[in-house]
Amino acid sequence: MTLAQSLWREGIKTGAIGGISVLAISLVGMVESFNKRDIIADFLSMGIAFIMVFGIILPYIAAKRTTRPEKHIIFLNALTAGLVTAVFPALLVILGNIINLRSMFVNASPVLYNLLTSGVEGVGGILILLLAGILCGAFAGLLFFLPGLIRSVIIVCLTSILAVGIVQDLIRPLFSSWGIMEVVSEWLFTQNGLTIAGTIFIPIFVGAIYMFWQLKGEGIKTRYNTLESGTQKSVKMSSFFVLAIFLIFLPHILGLFLSEVLTIVGLYILLGLGLNIVVGYAGLLDLGYVAFYAIGAYIAAILTSPAIGAFTLTFWQALPFAVMGGIFAGILLGIPVLKMRGDYLAIATLGFGEIIRILVLSDFLKPWLGGAQGIAKIPNPAIFGWQLSTPQEIYYLILLGCILVVFISVRLRDSRLGRAWMAMREDEDVAQAMGINLVSTKLLAFATGAGFSALSGAIMVSKIGSVYPHSFNVFISINIVCLIIVGGIGSIPGVIVGAAALVGLPELLREFADYRMLVYGAVLVGMMLLRPEGLWPEARHKMELHGEENGSDETQTATAA
Amino acid sequence: MAMLEVQNVHAYYGKIHALKNVSLKIEKGEIVTLIGGNGAGKSTTLRTISGLLKPREGAILLNGENLADYKAHQIVTKGITQVPEGRRIFGQLTVTENLDMGAFICRDKKLIAENVERIFEMFPRLNERRKQVAGTLSGGEQQMLAMGRALMSNPEILLLDEPSMGLAPVLVDAVFETIQKLHAAGTTILLVEQNARMALQVASRGYVIQTGEVVLHDVADSLLNNDMVRKSYMGEN
Ligand SMILES: Nc1ncnc2c1ncn2[C@@H]1O[C@H](COP(=O)(O)OP(=O)(O)OP(=O)(O)O)[C@@H](O)[C@H]1O
Ligand SMILES: [Mg+2]
Repeated sequence: MTLAQSLWREGIKTGAIGGISVLAISLVGMVESFNKRDIIADFLSMGIAFIMVFGIILPYIAAKRTTRPEKHIIFLNALTAGLVTAVFPALLVILGNIINLRSMFVNASPVLYNLLTSGVEGVGGILILLLAGILCGAFAGLLFFLPGLIRSVIIVCLTSILAVGIVQDLIRPLFSSWGIMEVVSEWLFTQNGLTIAGTIFIPIFVGAIYMFWQLKGEGIKTRYNTLESGTQKSVKMSSFFVLAIFLIFLPHILGLFLSEVLTIVGLYILLGLGLNIVVGYAGLLDLGYVAFYAIGAYIAAILTSPAIGAFTLTFWQALPFAVMGGIFAGILLGIPVLKMRGDYLAIATLGFGEIIRILVLSDFLKPWLGGAQGIAKIPNPAIFGWQLSTPQEIYYLILLGCILVVFISVRLRDSRLGRAWMAMREDEDVAQAMGINLVSTKLLAFATGAGFSALSGAIMVSKIGSVYPHSFNVFISINIVCLIIVGGIGSIPGVIVGAAALVGLPELLREFADYRMLVYGAVLVGMMLLRPEGLWPEARHKMELHGEENGSDETQTATAA
Repeated sequence: MAMLEVQNVHAYYGKIHALKNVSLKIEKGEIVTLIGGNGAGKSTTLRTISGLLKPREGAILLNGENLADYKAHQIVTKGITQVPEGRRIFGQLTVTENLDMGAFICRDKKLIAENVERIFEMFPRLNERRKQVAGTLSGGEQQMLAMGRALMSNPEILLLDEPSMGLAPVLVDAVFETIQKLHAAGTTILLVEQNARMALQVASRGYVIQTGEVVLHDVADSLLNNDMVRKSYMGEN
């Protein structure tokens, strides 16, 4: 490849992606609305930080993509990509100053231009913007040439500033509730953004931990592996014990708001683990999964709410009915779709989900299900006479549910049934030819998944105290499918990580609320490109997707041998 | 009484009449081959025997018992196991896991472990690759794995669908050697092949199938010398 070709393909084109991204986030209003908050007090606003992320990441990618080995070409590509990333917003500013773009883009305002040019009018501002792009590119280029460990430490440090800066509103109240930590909090944070001390101390702290793990982590792991199995067991037991203590005290450490988020994440973990059995283990793409959530929720509501009054069972008395109802519905849905696979199955189940939602919404069933008004006055659950009403208390019920469901999931995965699911997922004909009964194996997958979902639904209504049809729309199903995919299909820890990332984070990052779907979409696309196996994949899938190079090598040597 | 008997079977894919009055017999301990061109209905015959496709007319008898009422997964327990066309091993599972899966109908862990070792003895190549993900095996190794997996259920009759497809000549020889070994060990085999010459060399009898109909049936030696067979299936003029 000639120098010009390399510049065009690897430098300019990559930079253009960054430039277009920056244009997009500017024009949808993200930059401006994020700019109300500072990452570092009076120094770096969230909006600018966001643009800088693009300005650094794309030049870095440009450097990485460069096929020519010469260092100066790699560096030149990074610089070019940085410059090009800045050229796009620069052109926007120039164009915006000549004609009024606001009729087309509401957010193309002088405020935005001001922000992009650091408040400098005229040509000077444009030059500053371009210079900033080049500097970002240079930084990315230098980063690329650093040795691996140092580079990853720097990236971790920068990310930690960004991350802590974004969630500081959540961290500050935590610190202040611990008495003496309030002093620390004041030292690290202002009302808006990190202090200089925080900006220095936080990355050092995080970076040190990261570096320690990088340097010593392998050693610790091998030392653990060489321990006697007895000692290994006790190490395991004690870490379980620490984890248990941590989980027990977690809601008190986190306080009310974060505990609420935690309970929502917990409910989605229950849902995700259920769907993971259907989609991850058995390979049946079910898009109507929310139906079972609704069924569990409504059965629990009808049986416990005095507003309906037909039965007034306690939560615990109603729970078995709710779960059984879910399982029954799972089998009922399973029977007609037994012969369907892939896309057809997805569409059919999608229909089922909608049918249930429309049913509970219908006027016909209103006397029993409450129609659009739903059912209210659902009592909170109680454990030994202890009424669980706040999120901090409900948390324990959900924790219990999660532990139970994780346990069942693990046992099922390693069971004969789990193997039958796996075989069925890979090849239905062959599975049958191995003696696997497809009908019962499929129905059991649908039933188990639906049971978990109904459990989640029942807990959800007893937590909220009311239930409405509109809480069971198709986006919940899609959300659950996404969290499984993002976490890593078929992986139990993956579901937990996925739920935390896709359900927990959006709850925490309220600024993102308006742009939730945008960020969500971008994250999903990015994930599928960069880490298709998910955040915490099952070992098997990881081998499949990333072992490819090694795999084919082995195949070649095998054929040659 | 023949061990496996296919009697006047008619099978359909929707409206397509794929098998027209097909009849075959296989005696215990025999290798019988079914040869025919692309789309003749060889795989369909095997699918019908193993219950994946139900005949609309006719019967399939195993030791005199009609298999009509058994589902595919129950037919395995009767002693008929199919090695499907194109290998179709479980690509994401390791070699050992694939073999374990083949013994799904067996609940005796010790027996399964013994069987696995037996298969590894038969296919030392697989033994070296126990832990390897099966999708990364070479074509020949995958074919061995597919056969090994089928053997895990201790079948009385093994249905092999084009085991030599897509393999280099050396590996084709290895596959046929394995077939002979299995035969020597007492397994009854119905072998579907496009490689008619080699199939007829190991088989005792052969059936020729064309567009869903059995057009010729004879002992293997005669078929090897039959003009039509030589012309159509061995590429001779
Ligand atoms: N699932 C199916 N649906 C419809 N038609 C099918 C199906 N499977 C096979 N057929 C048709 O049935 C006929 C017989 O197919 P079969 O697979 O048995 O051929 P074959 O003899 O095994 O050929 P090959 O040597 O190419 O594997 C073909 O015409 C084929 O198109
Ligand atoms: Mg075929």
